[in-house]
Amino acid sequence: MNFDPRFSGRKFTSVGTRPIRPDGIDKVTGRARYGADFNMAGQLVGRVLRSPHAHARIVKIDTSKAEKLAGVKAVITAADLPDLTDGDAAMYDVLDNCMARTKALYDGHAVAAVAAIDARTARQALKLIEIEYELLPHVTDVDEAAKHTAPLINDAIFTEGLEEKPVKPSNVTKRSQFGHGDVHQGFGQADFIVERSFKTEQTHQGYIEPHACVANFSSDGTADLWVCTQGHFVYRQHCAQLLGMEASKLRVTSSEIGGGFGGKTHVWAEPVALALSRKAGRPVKLVMTRDEVFRASGPTSATSIDVKIGARKDGTITAAEATLRYSCGPYAGSWAEIGAMTAFACYKLDNVKTVGYEVLVNRPKTAAYRAPSAPMAAFAVESAVDELAKKIGMDPVDFRIKNAAQEGTRSSYGPVYGPIGIGPTLEAVKSHPHMKAPLGKNQGRGMACGFWFNFGGQTCTDLNIGMDGSVSLAVGTVDVGGSRASLSLVAAEELGIDYSQVKAIVADTSSLGYNDMTDGSRGTFSSSMATISAARNAIKILRERAAQMWDIAVDDVVWEKGHAIARGEKHGNLGKLSLKEIAVESGKTGGPIAGHSELVADGAGVSFATHICDIEVDPDTGATRVIRYTVVQDAGKAVHPTYVEGQYQGGAAQGIGWALNEEYIYGKDGRLQNAGFLDYRIPVCSDLPMIDTQILEIPNPNHPYGVRGVGETSIVPPLAAIANAVSNAAGVRMTHIPMSPPRILAAIEAEREWSK
Amino acid sequence: MRYIRPLSIEDAVGQLAGSAGTAAILAGGSDLLVRMKGGFGEPELIVDIKAIDGLSEIRETAEGFSIGAAVPCAVLGENTDLKKAWPGVVEAAKLIGSKQVQGRCTIVGNLCNASPAADSVPALVAAGAKAVVVGPAGRRTIPVQSVPTAPGKTSLAKGEIIEAILLDKREPRSGDAYLRFIPRTEMDIAVVSAGVNLTLDEHGVVKSARVALGAVAATVLLVEEAAEVLIGSRLDEATLERLAKVCAGACRPIDDKRGTIEFRRKVAGVLAQRAATSAYARAGGK
Repeated sequence: MNFDPRFSGRKFTSVGTRPIRPDGIDKVTGRARYGADFNMAGQLVGRVLRSPHAHARIVKIDTSKAEKLAGVKAVITAADLPDLTDGDAAMYDVLDNCMARTKALYDGHAVAAVAAIDARTARQALKLIEIEYELLPHVTDVDEAAKHTAPLINDAIFTEGLEEKPVKPSNVTKRSQFGHGDVHQGFGQADFIVERSFKTEQTHQGYIEPHACVANFSSDGTADLWVCTQGHFVYRQHCAQLLGMEASKLRVTSSEIGGGFGGKTHVWAEPVALALSRKAGRPVKLVMTRDEVFRASGPTSATSIDVKIGARKDGTITAAEATLRYSCGPYAGSWAEIGAMTAFACYKLDNVKTVGYEVLVNRPKTAAYRAPSAPMAAFAVESAVDELAKKIGMDPVDFRIKNAAQEGTRSSYGPVYGPIGIGPTLEAVKSHPHMKAPLGKNQGRGMACGFWFNFGGQTCTDLNIGMDGSVSLAVGTVDVGGSRASLSLVAAEELGIDYSQVKAIVADTSSLGYNDMTDGSRGTFSSSMATISAARNAIKILRERAAQMWDIAVDDVVWEKGHAIARGEKHGNLGKLSLKEIAVESGKTGGPIAGHSELVADGAGVSFATHICDIEVDPDTGATRVIRYTVVQDAGKAVHPTYVEGQYQGGAAQGIGWALNEEYIYGKDGRLQNAGFLDYRIPVCSDLPMIDTQILEIPNPNHPYGVRGVGETSIVPPLAAIANAVSNAAGVRMTHIPMSPPRILAAIEAEREWSK
Repeated sequence: MRYIRPLSIEDAVGQLAGSAGTAAILAGGSDLLVRMKGGFGEPELIVDIKAIDGLSEIRETAEGFSIGAAVPCAVLGENTDLKKAWPGVVEAAKLIGSKQVQGRCTIVGNLCNASPAADSVPALVAAGAKAVVVGPAGRRTIPVQSVPTAPGKTSLAKGEIIEAILLDKREPRSGDAYLRFIPRTEMDIAVVSAGVNLTLDEHGVVKSARVALGAVAATVLLVEEAAEVLIGSRLDEATLERLAKVCAGACRPIDDKRGTIEFRRKVAGVLAQRAATSAYARAGGK
């Protein structure tokens, strides 16, 4: 590939405009097909039996009665998904999570599944499966699980990353550490130190569409899977590996997606549906209920974080330290590690140290949730930063500006930054009218910063030019936030044609090379790079064809504004050829015209945001109301500004829910008590104010248009911004998320008692 | 499962009384269908009462209002006279679920579902509403608070249907109000709630009062001691302070996923104060 990804500073025609998205009309009219909207003749209904116990050994499973029930076509257990992972520990965990093998590790863990002719028969069949459990002690709290005395979830796990190899197994699977300098010395130079402990409860992404798929396993050993996913190529790899298939024999087609936010990056039901279809010899549709989504998909970590930050009187931070404990569910993960990397990424620090501990608990396996692990770390750090500014007597924005990372700063997690947006977002916030707006009684204002790495990854794109001059763009990154519109704009920009001439689709796994998932805010970043590259390859062919049509040297043909132009005096009599004119003749000049691109999109620019939030707290009930909210974030270049704003608002909305009300509530029995939207409280429309946005564009030097990922950073600052606002409104520092009314009222009452 | 849609209340009663297995009454279905879909059991007989003559009407009589068992809560909000006479009852009914749910759900359903957190029940209890019960033995009229006996349980005998809810004609200078605490702004279930109904004398002094609390005990509480605090007062600060204390003391709440005992006690008092203040203003008190 000879493609130059460097930022070129060009002027844009299509990029930066706001046309209607190609998938919009079908979505608002209900025609768009989501995971559960696929159907096949002869299709069966798949249902999963789940453990009601938080931790139990599976002594015996008897499926004979279920198998005998009329209308039941297949019953499977772990025996039907044999271990083919060949020493791949991470894949073994995925397998065990799809279908418990020897132990049920959480309330909701799949233990068996059936395929039957209808839902009623399938439900009845589940009741006929007899399972003998031996109950084991369980632990669901992250701090409790980290104790030496806690019930062990996996006695083969010894903490990694310690100086000496431990002799006893532990629920702490790994210790990781980041930083530089000497924090001990740094704290010695501090005039003020803030030291606090924080907790955040487990939350779910709350995507409206439950997991859904249709699996069709043919008797020739090939299979099709239609599924709602953020990454159909990854699902293909995982399913093929777990079912012992060659990847090319499994064709996965992604449906429209009703939200993912990281939660649809992991297989749960799909290998089960394939195994059921293989056994039954018929297509099987498997759709999770909301209860199953909460109990048995992948929420984010619950955390417990200690932070210590010291600063001199002049506001210079001298040292910063954090210890972060993140729950992983019952399988090893790297969630605390990511938290430890992001915690202090916004600041220029001489002495910084973060330590992460991954903790196993009897809860569902943690999955990614939008900038995974960063919001909790930011909550703890930005709360302490606010408190420290107050102690010093500095404005919280000025304090952050003084300590903000810059180009050339060595980040707390290692790399040295290029051009970055933390300073500009802070300056924009400082001069934003929101910061000067008056506050009413019982109202408080808070602000906070956030960082996210962003990701690039493997990407493959095809651009085909039809004989009528219209362009089909086939991408392999699932469209979760309007990327088909953005990528069509990019193709139009590069080719010099109108947006309406481009139609983008998400191709299936048999039609395109491998693509990483739409995660890490990579969809538009990486696929736009591949689209630019594919378009440039197509332009090369278009120039060759024009040269052929004119019978001149290709070097004399340039591409400008959608046309081939013959350059040089001797071609002065030649008019220009449009893309369409060249396409019409393509059958006679060498056949179809297409551009392809296969690349690893390196250089995803890091992203920063600063949020401002006003909250009103009812001091008598602890009720909160978000009065005003403003997001300022660096987009590099906003390809389709409406969808960039949508990402900013969406992240803030999810953050508001997380900060104020959302939490997994477990009973003493280790069972989830609120597996539904009634008692797992995501915000409804009327809970939210209009969320204002301000897009900053600090070009990413590693992308031709300067694009940075924008999807995730927007959920990093809200927990902290809201906590700072609530703390200012209520007059008491809130250290436990969510700040539900009972927690706020208890804190206010305790403060009243204390000040008596 | 058998579904029937009788045209007379007698037929409905007969079908219910004669059913051998589990039976359920369907009006709006906003509790029943959710339970069935959630896999919490399927009744063998469903009696849909929406086609029964008169059950979908609100009638204004010399004694007051009669609200048929199949009247959706949204319709209560469209009845100007009812809203004027019993604003607290109507605002409670209009808080249930969402706009869509209110187009289906009924206050009789809300009462018979027997949830301690039901929104319309504290308002009805405070209003002194009565339920007209029709059964194999005929018709009887009982106070609404005697219908729910425990979470999910009612005092209704086999074959009995509540035909209508009766609300008295208003005395002058009367007002009622209902408030609930939810962490969201809508689409939620009460963590604590309070309904207050007041009548004032010519001088703005509370002449009679009823105070009901929801979600703080196994059934809605009618707190007579709280009413006594209000009677004879003009809702001065000391009275409201005492009202809060009495209400907090009357609660028998539990710790659960929706709130703590301390939270419910404290907020029950706060809501009672606020509902009383609102009812007082509606009654013309200053």
